[in-house]
Amino acid sequence: MLTATNITYRVGTKELISDISVSFAPGKLHLIIGPNGAGKSTLIKVLARLVRPQTGTVQYDQTDIHDASEADLARHRAVLSQAIEVAFPLTVREVVMMGRYPHFGGRPGPHDERIVDEVMAHFDVTAFGDRNYQTLSGGEMQRVNFARVLAQLWKDSHGSAEANGSTRQSGKSRFLFLDEPLTFLDVHHQIDFMKKVRAFSMAPEVVTVGVVHDLNLAARFADHLVLLNKGRVVANGTASEVLTTDRIRDVFAVEPTFVPTSHSGVHLIFD
Amino acid sequence: MTTPRSSRRLLLLSLAVVTLLVLAASIRYGAIDFSIGEISRAFASIFPGQPEPTLDQRIFLELRLPRAILCLLVGASLGVGGTLMQALFRNPIVEPGLVGTSSGAAFGSALFFVLGGVLHIGTSLWSLPIAACVGGIISTYLVFLLARSREDGRASIVMLLLTGLAVNALFMSAIGFLSYIARDPQARSITFWSLGTLSGASWKAVEIVAVSTIGGSIMALRYAKQLNALTIGEEEATYLGVNVNRLKWIILSVNVVIVAVATAFTGVISFVGLVVPNILRMIGGADNRYLIVGSALTGATLLTLADLLARLVVRPAELPIGIVTSAVGVPVFIFLLRRRRYVF
Repeated sequence: MLTATNITYRVGTKELISDISVSFAPGKLHLIIGPNGAGKSTLIKVLARLVRPQTGTVQYDQTDIHDASEADLARHRAVLSQAIEVAFPLTVREVVMMGRYPHFGGRPGPHDERIVDEVMAHFDVTAFGDRNYQTLSGGEMQRVNFARVLAQLWKDSHGSAEANGSTRQSGKSRFLFLDEPLTFLDVHHQIDFMKKVRAFSMAPEVVTVGVVHDLNLAARFADHLVLLNKGRVVANGTASEVLTTDRIRDVFAVEPTFVPTSHSGVHLIFD
Repeated sequence: MTTPRSSRRLLLLSLAVVTLLVLAASIRYGAIDFSIGEISRAFASIFPGQPEPTLDQRIFLELRLPRAILCLLVGASLGVGGTLMQALFRNPIVEPGLVGTSSGAAFGSALFFVLGGVLHIGTSLWSLPIAACVGGIISTYLVFLLARSREDGRASIVMLLLTGLAVNALFMSAIGFLSYIARDPQARSITFWSLGTLSGASWKAVEIVAVSTIGGSIMALRYAKQLNALTIGEEEATYLGVNVNRLKWIILSVNVVIVAVATAFTGVISFVGLVVPNILRMIGGADNRYLIVGSALTGATLLTLADLLARLVVRPAELPIGIVTSAVGVPVFIFLLRRRRYVF
């Protein structure tokens, strides 16, 4: 369980998020939506402990995150950011292996190598494992980074990927944060990516919180939506509770039309 | 770009062999050439019961040999320092000198020469390296202090490079002033210092530089993994469990110590720290564990070659080694600048 209580974060005199209290249950996919400048990325940074809010607390399983060391936290908290620039020519495999850094001391063990193999296969990047990361396309880079981030949280699977689904529940919760993960992906990879995130988020001790711009993808994949505007929580609940015509008009300044679809619920068209 | 660990190991092994070969050439050739027989007789004379060393053998043992080893150590320091600074700034055109460390260290040594001459203080073994270290720390700190932005307290690369340029110029002018007011022998030492020279090598210098080079490199290796994480950005490194601020301070301190101590005994030697990590990245990738070991070996090799050149070109006299490294390093630097689009 992730609980944020009365979070206020400001830079200089500008309040980026104001008095936000929200909690995220494990086993579900939570997505944060809102217009530009609503404080979505800032909230992710606060929840993932990149920045410390001036007031309020963030707790992972009833423990204040600022009581843990960076290294401890990194063993069960991972963050996928928007665009990752690599300063020097690293191979794809080297980048994915970084996800295991919090878990080994000097050199990666066979266990770490096996996890890297598994996540690389899972994200379909095994074929270019030896290529220079800097030469990849934006979409390929994003997949490599998702593989890296999941390698950080991947459970000891004893050779099977099942343990990442729902069979074992042991020890601490794991926390996955996604900051606009779909930016460089084409439609096919966006859907594929969201399906993989959703599958991962269903594990009973995994808390997944993401920021997504596309309201349709958010509505389709999220179990729980949090709508932010001007640094405050405007609405909080399931897609049908949060995405109402009035709210979308107020917050995003567009006129929505709800179109029924065959798969699940509705599709939004904006005017 | 595909470089499995085993082939990197092979690469490092061959670099070590090249280093030894260059070392052998460096002790053999110079103002006087020593034959292999003479070298082995000189080594033999160390042991008790052997005939006393001749004058030539003493030149070999007390001048040539410590010089060659000091050269290896200083080259290794500069190579490792370059790797550390490039990893820290995530920028391949940074070198240890760019953030003021070496000019500050040279200033510290110059001040020591002048004041030491006037006040007759500090003739102990450690005074010169301490003076250089203090100078290097002060100038590096000054650069960071002045380069920090007022808004968020971070030092951007542009600001660091430009401030480094300014602070370097300031310390160089201070060195110029000191050599202007200094008496002749001191002035000559200062001039040689700011161009770099290995002619002052002694076994004591070797001992001190060995401590800082080997200690600093081992420290650096311990943080290689964290420096790798920094390659994908400060935020990402934090998410991977790295305390980035602490890492910055540790790496900067290691760099200041190894570069300042090396500079204290040899003066300012530019471009080795810049060129070496770039060459290694081109052949074996950017893993910092490999880069740190490789740049120690390659730095040692390149500086030894430069020293050999400095001794042979105008023999029996010699050039300041900084002239040689700059002459070779500047074209490489410009090539690197033009080849890639670095974002400042």
